Amino acid sequence: MAKEKITGAMAVRRALEAEGVEYVFGMPGGTILPIYDAMWGCERPKQVLIRHEQVGGHAAEGFAHATGKVGVCFGTSGPGATNLVTAIADAYMDSVPLVAITGNVATSLIGSDAFQEADITGITMPITKHNWLVTDVHDLPRILKEAFYVARTGRPGPVLVDIPKDIQNTEFEFEYPESVDIPGYHPPVREEPRLKDAAVLIRGATRPIIYLGGGVRISDAHKEVSTFAELVGAPVVTTVHGKGAFPETSPQCLGMFGMHGSRYANYAVQYSDLIIALGARFDDRVTGKLSTFAPEAKIVHLDIDPAEISKLVTATVPLVGDLRRLLPQLTEEVRRAEAAHGKPDLAAWWRRIDEWRKKYPLTYQQEGQKYLLPQYVVDTLWKKTNGKAIVTTGVGEHQMFAAQWWRTSEPRQFITSGGLGTMGFCLPSAIGAQLGRPGELVIGIDGDGSFQMTLQDLATAVDLELPIKIFVLNNLFLGMVRQWQELFYERRFAQTPLTDRPDLVKLADAYGCLGLRARTPEELDQVIDQALANSKGPTIVDVRVRRQEKVFPMVPAGAPLNDMIDGGGD
Amino acid sequence: MERTEEKPNGSTHTISLLVENKPGVLHRISGLFSRRGYNIASLTVGPTERSEYSRMTIVVRLGSKTVEQVVRQVQKLVPVVEVRELSAADLIERELMLVKIHTPERNHAELRALAETYEATIVDVSPDALVVEASGNAGKLDALEDRLRPFGIQEICRSGRIALERGFKTLAPPNLK
Repeated sequence: MAKEKITGAMAVRRALEAEGVEYVFGMPGGTILPIYDAMWGCERPKQVLIRHEQVGGHAAEGFAHATGKVGVCFGTSGPGATNLVTAIADAYMDSVPLVAITGNVATSLIGSDAFQEADITGITMPITKHNWLVTDVHDLPRILKEAFYVARTGRPGPVLVDIPKDIQNTEFEFEYPESVDIPGYHPPVREEPRLKDAAVLIRGATRPIIYLGGGVRISDAHKEVSTFAELVGAPVVTTVHGKGAFPETSPQCLGMFGMHGSRYANYAVQYSDLIIALGARFDDRVTGKLSTFAPEAKIVHLDIDPAEISKLVTATVPLVGDLRRLLPQLTEEVRRAEAAHGKPDLAAWWRRIDEWRKKYPLTYQQEGQKYLLPQYVVDTLWKKTNGKAIVTTGVGEHQMFAAQWWRTSEPRQFITSGGLGTMGFCLPSAIGAQLGRPGELVIGIDGDGSFQMTLQDLATAVDLELPIKIFVLNNLFLGMVRQWQELFYERRFAQTPLTDRPDLVKLADAYGCLGLRARTPEELDQVIDQALANSKGPTIVDVRVRRQEKVFPMVPAGAPLNDMIDGGGD
Repeated sequence: MERTEEKPNGSTHTISLLVENKPGVLHRISGLFSRRGYNIASLTVGPTERSEYSRMTIVVRLGSKTVEQVVRQVQKLVPVVEVRELSAADLIERELMLVKIHTPERNHAELRALAETYEATIVDVSPDALVVEASGNAGKLDALEDRLRPFGIQEICRSGRIALERGFKTLAPPNLK
């Protein structure tokens, strides 16, 4: 690229253009004005005006999750930057590639407690892969190049570039670097993969299980996973971020395990003799009480982040590397081992699993119920769309009902806040996902508490005429917390009942989008049809569900994985 | 199968880091230690043979499993070029100590003799105080400190450990070796 004499602000535009950024989610403010001015009239990247920076961050996450590309958001200094913090933390926990660019007060004012000054690099240090405070405009092209590189490579994650206003205004000779050279950042790993050892364990196991996490989606390795799973023939379980890594409609898949996993999936993990963990991190929400987790299982752990290996569960055979590159090699080793020693016989193991599956199915009973059950709502949505939709969720009971009943068959089809558990994630991530995949059906499954945390950005969705459909499973409670209060706090419902405000149908009307309500199966059937038919803009559906319905089965926090409440069982 | 990682009191480990010499790097590293609950016994940082890099020596008391985890977490920080736990057997470690002792002049001779035994020097003398400077490994300095205590220690300042490995091995990425 030829050199050109431009301002730091224009350099940001040039960098975003060079990186092929399609959308930037943000809101202008005093210290990021030069950058917004430089972006004036820019068609690609297109600016998306959100109404709160947190939404900009989550929308960028939704875009990244749905497309596999880096999400980008802007914020001004001070509150604009601190409003981004929740989204950045969310992206950090869920390994979402995100570049946040913030304005800051002029370098001469930094440290003086100037108006709208916040030490955002200090604040976001623990929740970014890396961040930069630009103090010399000549560093800016290199830093922006590095920012995108660090965000998307290795284990992806958020980065932040903080650019003081005077740096944005300084003219310099701009040239965007072609490559990066960061001496301390080398995503490829040095350890020799012990593929043969892993193959021996896999070949020798009689009760193996394949445990898929978000890493499968991140490395786009679902085809490689499918080949591996077919060869090994072991049952497959997933985390909430592993949904879509393997078709949940396949009989080989036992769906999600963990705190709200099915009883049969949890039993299969707990009684396995080998866990093959692919792109997963043994989070406490899936292991239950760690000291009693799958006591007889050896562990083959494949992950790109060496720090995840043996962090919580000691790996018998650690394999560090990119799943997409390494898994075919492992498949090959297993094939060789099986050719030499024969295929292991998993028939007895499958018989046990099928017995569990028959005895403890994931189920609900809508018939005879006075009110709609949330499980029925998700199940009906799935059936009426043939499961062909991208689903985004908030956080709470509705999220777990969605995870249990939306049978995901493709990667990047279930977008949720897993690690941080950020309420308010549904609407923003639906906005980002719909922009990223314009021709596809995007359905939000939200809760009334979660929806109210970011609902102001209905305005953004209406402005953009995005045909997203948000189904609010409205139980007039902060339902998941209420569930814990009912089960573990002797039914003292401290601050969890919500009042019936706002009227979501009127709210939709006020924002200029379609608002619908359903209280019965018949009404639900109708409103789903209406929502699916509305291509003009967003649809908000207020689905009144049974208020006391709880998510089962449930592994109480700190209990062993096979010690579940309800949902049948011993 | 091992499942939980206890955080035992553990033993002393020396971690050596080569880091980019840039603002905020110390904050990134100490922040990582504190937010993951690893206590730092001592931390030193200073320039190296190349101006763009600094060397840090961090001493921790942790179980060896946890130390492995610490090293992997630290390695992920972008400005950390290289990090390794230095094996106790291959270690040259040094620490610097200054001790101010309030003591009448009549004790000075005895103190001089003591200092000599520990290869320490007396670097400041006034009528009722003197300052002893000593260097060596932590054990030697602890011993000297114990011997000086009866004379009336007023202030101690210890630098924390610096360390290098014996022999040819260095802590640098291949392109810098």
